[in-house]
Amino acid sequence: MRFAVAEDAAALRDAAQPLLDARATPALIRSAWPAGPDPGPAQPALPAQVRAVWRGLADIGVTGALVAEAHGGLGLDENALPPVLSRIGHSGLPVPAGETVAVTAPLLAAAGHPALPDVLSGAALVTAQLAAAAAAELPIPFGQTADYVLLRGDNGELRLYERGELETSPVPAVDGSRQLARLRARPAGGVPVAGPADAAAAWERGVLAAAAVLVGLAERMLSMTVDYVASRWQFGVPIGSFQAVKHRLADSLVAVEFARPAVLAAGWAQACAAADAAQQTSVAKVLASDAATTVARAAIQCHGAIGYTTEYDLHLFAKRAWALAPSWGSASWHRRRLAAGLGLTEAVPDEREG
Amino acid sequence: MDLTSSPAEQAFRREARAWLEANVPRPPLPSGDTKAGFAAHLDWERALFEARWSVVSWPQRYGGRDASLWEWLIFEEEYYRAGAPQRVTQNGIFLLAPSLFEFGTPEQQDRILPRMAAAQELWAQGWSEPSAGSDLAGITSRAERDEQAGGWRLYGQKTWTTRGAFCTHLFGLFRTDPAADRHRGLTYFLVDLRSPGIEVRGFERLDGDEGFADVFFDGAFVPERDVLGGVNRGWPVAMATTGSERGLTLRSPSRFMTAASRLVELGRSAGLDGGLRDRVVQSWIEARAYQLFTLEQVTGIVAGDKPGARSSLNKLYWSEFDVRLHETAMELLGADAEADGPWSRGFLFSLAGPIYAGTNEIQRNIVAERLLGLPRA
Repeated sequence: MRFAVAEDAAALRDAAQPLLDARATPALIRSAWPAGPDPGPAQPALPAQVRAVWRGLADIGVTGALVAEAHGGLGLDENALPPVLSRIGHSGLPVPAGETVAVTAPLLAAAGHPALPDVLSGAALVTAQLAAAAAAELPIPFGQTADYVLLRGDNGELRLYERGELETSPVPAVDGSRQLARLRARPAGGVPVAGPADAAAAWERGVLAAAAVLVGLAERMLSMTVDYVASRWQFGVPIGSFQAVKHRLADSLVAVEFARPAVLAAGWAQACAAADAAQQTSVAKVLASDAATTVARAAIQCHGAIGYTTEYDLHLFAKRAWALAPSWGSASWHRRRLAAGLGLTEAVPDEREG
Repeated sequence: MDLTSSPAEQAFRREARAWLEANVPRPPLPSGDTKAGFAAHLDWERALFEARWSVVSWPQRYGGRDASLWEWLIFEEEYYRAGAPQRVTQNGIFLLAPSLFEFGTPEQQDRILPRMAAAQELWAQGWSEPSAGSDLAGITSRAERDEQAGGWRLYGQKTWTTRGAFCTHLFGLFRTDPAADRHRGLTYFLVDLRSPGIEVRGFERLDGDEGFADVFFDGAFVPERDVLGGVNRGWPVAMATTGSERGLTLRSPSRFMTAASRLVELGRSAGLDGGLRDRVVQSWIEARAYQLFTLEQVTGIVAGDKPGARSSLNKLYWSEFDVRLHETAMELLGADAEADGPWSRGFLFSLAGPIYAGTNEIQRNIVAERLLGLPRA
């Protein structure tokens, strides 16, 4: 027994951290937001600085974490995902990190897809929308800016498209940096990169990645709030000395500290293909989604009115959390899947209709 | 990460499981927080000791097995899985003993631990007083030096003393230097409750068991050798003991995994609507989260970490979700909920969790100030 981040996974996280701290700033996140409320007909490009940070992460090996060394990756397993993706989540870097690193890159390597070198070098970003029947209606995160889009085909297979192949419309979003787009028509073509079994595993990795990012977002919002309430004075004292504030933030820390190990455990379960890997993944997503939304709510409340502005940075992280918490299966959806596994309900929902 | 057991750990698990299956009393014992139930529990505790299962993580010379923390967790899992009785010895074995190992002299360890392991001496905890609960450093019970007799004489009153009416000994804090700073004038004493000058009066808890006691001290003598950790140096020893109470040792995850599994079984047999089903699943998730948190914590402890204030995270989590778990069970039971039974008893007991071992309000202050670094009031 040893429940701790593996050395190689920690090394990857620790290599990414200084780069993210220095360059993935709130100003960078803001640069990926549309200038006005209406994104207009012209699809914006992902800011060059965001791509530059992503290439920096690629140089460290983040993009190839799950790709075999023979294919130019680091050859790590799912244990490597939670630490580095939490760190990316903490930074708020507006890229489809989980979709590219956790979901798609290993599929491209296995399929021998020619896009792999560009994905590994950080030149190309891949987004994914793996929901089944509703795929044509659900918005695609980074659907306006990602270079490739992974979609689920009619028979459960996954197909990769160049973004230019798809007819999409931009969708104004709560988190403007998510650059949502909706398909205007169900696409033809695309290159199949995974059959139904590999597609199911890829979806589980996407859930794991979202959970990891949510934990990082929760940690960021909590630390911002701790700093704020320690420096904001009212009634002649820092508001962080009031028990009403302390208790709310203590409960927030509890939520984060009990979600984080569950996400690590889900990574381990996926890496060793444990029989209960899907169950552990659902546990992780429930705890991470609930932690992130709990902390977002506490963070805004403890900031007071400044937290309810767009001038202050908190909303950048809260809105990301609100986008990701219901994605890749909401907490309710994952509880329902667990209920089925525990014999509490007979209805087993389709695992990708979350 | 490696969440698998070694062959030796698996063998340990098999041995524990086989012994428990053969020996756990059926039907279950009555509550150990009543006079009659306590006596039945002592027989069980002694059977555990005879088979060397009462203190698995202790050294062999004290009746243990030198088990690792991982093996201890395995034993706890098997213990709860088997539906074995509550441990009426827990306040000695799980709370005082860790402090004895850390602060006790070899003489104290050799004298006290074997009899604790064998359930020959039964320990109660003496912190709270009528005027000092959460504000533990505000206690007024005192100890006065008796040079002639070579020890101390105790005066004052302790209260809410769990199983005090059935125990033979008490550990607790007494003020030995009234002039000193609140936290510095306190000494940790190990007291024989059968000494002259001590009166113990049991009284009922919310659940109807006579599990609480008032303990009155009127000049009871304690020899010098029963000071733990040094005169006027009791506070850090008490904090170590309360750390054990909040953290892993008193409330291992298996207790809650077992309860959550029973709740799932109850849910399967009842017709569940979506809302109640979600709550059942959520309890199971929270028990699992506590288990995973403790696996990480044990890994740290094995590597030399001290949980310190992080034990308040354990306490907040298990005590809050234990209440939710039992509330869900009561709702599932519907009209049956009010009947006396394991679930209604568990529900009433769960309500004590957010109070004992330091109220959750105090734990949130500790988390906020010592883990998040927020300013003191």
